[in-house]
Amino acid sequence: MSKKTRRDFLKLAGLTAAGIATKPIVSVLEAAQLPQENPITAKQWAMVIDIRKCEEEKGCTKCIDACHTDHNVPEFDNPKDEIKWLWKEEFHYAFHAQEHDYQDEHLRHTHPLLLCNHCEHPPCVKVCPTQATWKRDKDGIVMMDWHRCIGCRYCMTACPYGARSFNWCDPRPHIDHIDPAFPTRERGVVEKCTFCNHRLAAGLMPSCVEACPVDAMAFGDIEDPNSTVRQLLGDKFTIRRKAGLGTQPQVYYIV
Amino acid sequence: MKHNGKIIIGLIIFLVLITLPIWYNMATGDNDRPEVEVLTKNIPGKDKCVMPAEEMRAKHMDLVVEWREKVVREGERIHTTPDGRKFNMSLTHTCLDCHSNKAQFCDKCHDYTGVKPYCWTCHIDPKEVNR
Repeated sequence: MSKKTRRDFLKLAGLTAAGIATKPIVSVLEAAQLPQENPITAKQWAMVIDIRKCEEEKGCTKCIDACHTDHNVPEFDNPKDEIKWLWKEEFHYAFHAQEHDYQDEHLRHTHPLLLCNHCEHPPCVKVCPTQATWKRDKDGIVMMDWHRCIGCRYCMTACPYGARSFNWCDPRPHIDHIDPAFPTRERGVVEKCTFCNHRLAAGLMPSCVEACPVDAMAFGDIEDPNSTVRQLLGDKFTIRRKAGLGTQPQVYYIV
Repeated sequence: MKHNGKIIIGLIIFLVLITLPIWYNMATGDNDRPEVEVLTKNIPGKDKCVMPAEEMRAKHMDLVVEWREKVVREGERIHTTPDGRKFNMSLTHTCLDCHSNKAQFCDKCHDYTGVKPYCWTCHIDPKEVNR
């Protein structure tokens, strides 16, 4: 009699265990349809770019291509119309305050990657009259709300890094292949890098970081002492663009 | 009072002329409520819309604006209905997943009511690009 009870108990226990085990599987399946339920989060996102590592891949534009295709960034023949989220610039233009005539030749001839610095004190946010650009409290991303932008371009004047571009004409005819997953912009709207906030929400790293073949870009939480960005900042000598302005840019460069 | 007849005839002609667009539309059928193709794709597990059709018809614009504010400004991307179903708050994905014929579903009614929403100057109907 007691043997039978024990068997029943084990059966029941087995069933319960099976039930508990299947629940996460079901949840995972549900989550697969809603990837936004597994976001990657941080207190303050930051990026560390290794200039020399990046320069090793001569003429590589994989990150720029990935970014610009993912975000439907148009291409114009006229440089005055140029829209850029991520671009390369000669060292002395990118770091004109940190450059001198007798610097290491190799460094002087590099083309560091530039993008929105997602400043801790973003001047663009201060001047925006519609709050179309604002600093997100939860992770420090300087966001863009293209629904609200009225195209006054105050932010472009305020940004000391030239990280913002204006759509002088309808960008759609100038996009090679439109990705329906991400909206385009329209005429009269300012745009810039958003640290791929939509990808982070889906649990993915920014597309430039993912596309880099030599891991020259690191992305992570600067307030987490164990993050890769913090380890890199602790190990290597890094500089920032126009740090003296007090904007506290969150893109760091290993020289 | 000797021109009574002429005045009445004149008034009738005036009324007919001023209401002519109404008669014209009735005669040609331009004024008929358009036949809208509601569903073009059935997504398994998504057999019910976010809100009942009646409410959707009256309030979809408010819902879309609410979703826009939630996603862009607050970074929330999941919409939970009162009965516990979950949706990704996305016009291009969630709405167009089932109502995949934008020309038939959105445009037809908007044209009829003379509404010009500017959603599609930026958001994309996958069918209308890269052709």
